[in-house]
Order: sequence, then structure tokens, then C-alpha cells
Amino acid sequence: MNGFSGWLILLAAVAAVAIATIAGLRTAEEESPGGTKVSNSESPATSRFQHPVVVNHPTGPPRIATGKVDALGREITLSCASCHANRESHLETNNEKDLKEFHQGLHFAHGTLKCVSCHNPGDYNSLRLAEGRSLPFAEVQSLCSQCHAPQARDYEHGAHGGMNGHWDLSRGPRQRKGCIDCHDPHAPSFPGMVPTFKSRDRFLAPLQEGKPHE
Amino acid sequence: MSDPANTPEKAEKISLPIIGEVSRRTVLKGIGATLGLGAFAAAIAPLTQFKDQTSLNEFLQQHYKELDDEDKKQIFARLEEEARENYGADVKIRDPKPIPGVRYGYAINLSLCNGNGKCAEACHRENNHDRAVNQSYIRIFEMPKGTSDMEQGSTTYDHAVPQPDKYYLPVQCFQCENPPCVEVCPVEATWQEADGIVVVDYNWCIGCRYCQAACPYHARRFNWRAPEIPAEEVNPDQGYLSNRIRPQGVVEKCHFCMHRTREGKLPACLEACPTGARIFGNLLDPNSEISWVLKNKRCFVLKEELGAKPTLYYFFN
Repeated sequence: MNGFSGWLILLAAVAAVAIATIAGLRTAEEESPGGTKVSNSESPATSRFQHPVVVNHPTGPPRIATGKVDALGREITLSCASCHANRESHLETNNEKDLKEFHQGLHFAHGTLKCVSCHNPGDYNSLRLAEGRSLPFAEVQSLCSQCHAPQARDYEHGAHGGMNGHWDLSRGPRQRKGCIDCHDPHAPSFPGMVPTFKSRDRFLAPLQEGKPHE
Repeated sequence: MSDPANTPEKAEKISLPIIGEVSRRTVLKGIGATLGLGAFAAAIAPLTQFKDQTSLNEFLQQHYKELDDEDKKQIFARLEEEARENYGADVKIRDPKPIPGVRYGYAINLSLCNGNGKCAEACHRENNHDRAVNQSYIRIFEMPKGTSDMEQGSTTYDHAVPQPDKYYLPVQCFQCENPPCVEVCPVEATWQEADGIVVVDYNWCIGCRYCQAACPYHARRFNWRAPEIPAEEVNPDQGYLSNRIRPQGVVEKCHFCMHRTREGKLPACLEACPTGARIFGNLLDPNSEISWVLKNKRCFVLKEELGAKPTLYYFFN
């Protein structure tokens, strides 16, 4: 009798540990690589297995094109640190006209920010939060969210930013655009567009004389 | 033939010798009969066409709600065959059912929409619309700021967007909770499904267009012609009540991409929107994106006073 209840307690303990582990894994999954918390909605209709929500994000620091090719014809690109590691930071630079040697053609229109408002002068292969903490390029969305809180809030609830895939995560995954898919971080206002598709149904234009009614 | 003809005086009085002495009454009868036959032939002429275009099975098809699975299988096979014959496309026709516990809602952020029209184009391609007139279930109004009176909007704008003094209002079927279009249909060819989507059975529609007149939002379209679509552009993933190629002379409308959304996917117009202005989901799920928008944004519907209760909402940031 004693032996039996001992087994029961052991089983219960194992089960508890297993459940805790699974719960931990799930929480980890909900944290997206971009650092943005992804809302995984639970509902009566979708309380089964939940597919992931993948948020687009850069894989690492950008590579800068030099415009030169190597002997095999491959484009030569540099990491930010190639130049910035051994030169002084210009902490006051806040427009593209002051960029004399490199980054030619960069269009900057992001308020009154300076380069180092976002780029980390201590390590140009990373970004820097307002509080001074270094931030990997992959987590750029956290950087944007510091100032653009209403957009970040809407994004977190699925009400900002384009997406593809499934509305019902119990049936399939979803892929969401990240901030910099639509907004150039250096000139973030959404660009103007020209409509390329127009219906020609008869409600759209006034009827022309002599044309059939359809 | 009869006596008067043999009388020389009377024969001279007759002006048409071929008809002879046939009475005026008989001539009129003959003309009447000829005209009658002609009219009859003209009247049944469409039937000879009908024989070419419509199989007996299609003619005898029951209302969608009375079909069992075996009937549907045969009908879908017949429609797939017709698509192969008429459009040279291999298509697959299904009829996904409403998901229990789901009622669809849609919201459009008018602060983000810039009227670029990618949604209308995606609809055009997804739903096998007529290429000849660029048909689409979505119509975008360029509206002067400060009004929601559609009469003041323009849909034919053709310049860079957005214009600073304008906002852009995409209008499509709102899948109203109280749809006036359904009420007026004399043959019950259109009805509301359990997930809120108002559907049309294109094989049951008689093309009277009452529903088109009843819709306060001009959301329904009439197929004046059978759609023209090149074989390689036909979307083969088709639903019987949604995007299968419509025949001539029937009414159609937005169905929230039912063949996609009932399998959990997002509508084609949402995926195509480059501004992220569209939010879609389950109104009955309190944690869904659409529920969050309805709770936290100041949403409105068009022509609320009519009481149709649209389930597509608009909001500004």
C-alpha cells in the first residue's frame, strides 16, 4: 500500500515537471525574434494547437555596398565596423549633407534625430536604445517602438502592419511585416503611390453619348 | 375557282390576279398566321441556344440547400468540365462550410488607406473576374475630407495618391447582419450563412437584379457578359458559392474570400494591402485582432441610419 502511494506521488511529480516545461516552451515561442511580443489569440474556435506568427526582421547588421567587385566578380560589401571601428564618431551629424566620404545618396528625413540617436557609436554593428543599452539590428522593432508607441501598441494587437497567411492560427501560420518592411528607417513616411488598376464598370464613369448602356 | 372568277366583269375589278378572288378576310388571316408563326419562332429561338449551353442536368438542378453530397459532387464535376471546355483551365471546385463559432468581421483603417487600389486588383485576380472590364468587388472612393457622403466621392481618380485634401474609402460588400439584398430576392438565390457571409447561388439566380437595387452600398455586380479570362490567369482554387467563374446574366458580390477564409486564411485583399489598413478576424473571439479594434478604436459603418448593420467597419487612428 505504501509502495503504491509512493509511485503515485512520483508520477504526479513527473507530470507536473513535464507540464511546467511545456508551458515554458510555449512562452518562449510567443516571444518573437524581433523582441516584439506576438499576440497568440486563444478562442473557442481556435483553442487547439497554435501555429506560429513569424515577424520579418533583419538577420544582422547590414552590409554596405562599396560599388567594387572582387576578382571573381562578386560585389564587395563591408560591415559597419570596417570603417567605424577605427575612426572618431561624429556625434552631432544629423543630415546626409555632412556625409562626405561614404553613405552617398542616403536620404534622411526622420525628424530631428541624429545618426547616433539609433546607431551605437560604441559599436556600429549594433543599434542603441535611448537608455544607452546596445541592441542587435535584428531587434530594430524595439528601437522604433520607443518613440512610436501608438503604432507599436496597434502592431501588438494586429491592427498595424501588413500580414500574410492565416487569420486562424489553429489552421496555419502567419507572417507579419516588420516596421522596416514598409518604413525606410532613414525616411520613414510611407511613400506616395500611383494606382495601376481601375475597374471599367458602368457605375464608375458617366455614360457617353452613343455608347451602349452596358 | 368559284363562280365570281368566271364572270368577266368581276374579274376585271380584281387588282391582284394571283390571289384571284380570295376574300380580304382570308388574306388577313394568312398574314396573321404568318406573323404569329414568325413571332413564335422568334420567341423559342433562345431555347435552341439554351439547348446548346445548358445541359439537362443543369436545368433540373435543385436549390443549393436541397442538394446532398452526391448531387454536389456531380454538379462540381460538371462545372469543372465546363471550365475546361469554355476556359481551357483545370479547376477544382469545393464548397467549404462555415466554421462553428466564427462570425467574420472586417475593419479598414482609413488613416492608413491611400487609395492605391492593390486590394481591388487582388480581388480581380483571386475571384476570376472579367478581364475585359477589370471587374472587382472593391470600389475605392476618393473622398473630400469631412464627409462620408459617397455622392461626393470619385472612383475614377487617376493621379498619385494620397492627395493631401482627400481620404480614401474602399467599399465592398459589408456582409450586413440585416441584409436588404437577401430580403428582395424573389427566388431565394441569395442568403446569409451562419458565419455572416451573404452568398449567391449563381446557378439559381435569375438575374432580375432586385438585390442590386436593394443594396444601399452598390456592392453587387451584374455579369452582363460571361467573364473573359485567359486560361493561365484562371484561379483554379474555386468555391461553388464564391469565386468559381460566373455564368452570364447573374449577380455576384464580395464573399470575404470564403474559399480562403473558411480554411483559416486571410482574404486576398488584406494580403495585398501595402499599407496594412485591413484587419480581419472572428468577431466571436474576444482575443481576435478585429475584436481589439472594435473595442479600442472609434469604429463606424456607412449609412448606419438604414439599419442594415454592416460587419465591415471603418476607423481613423
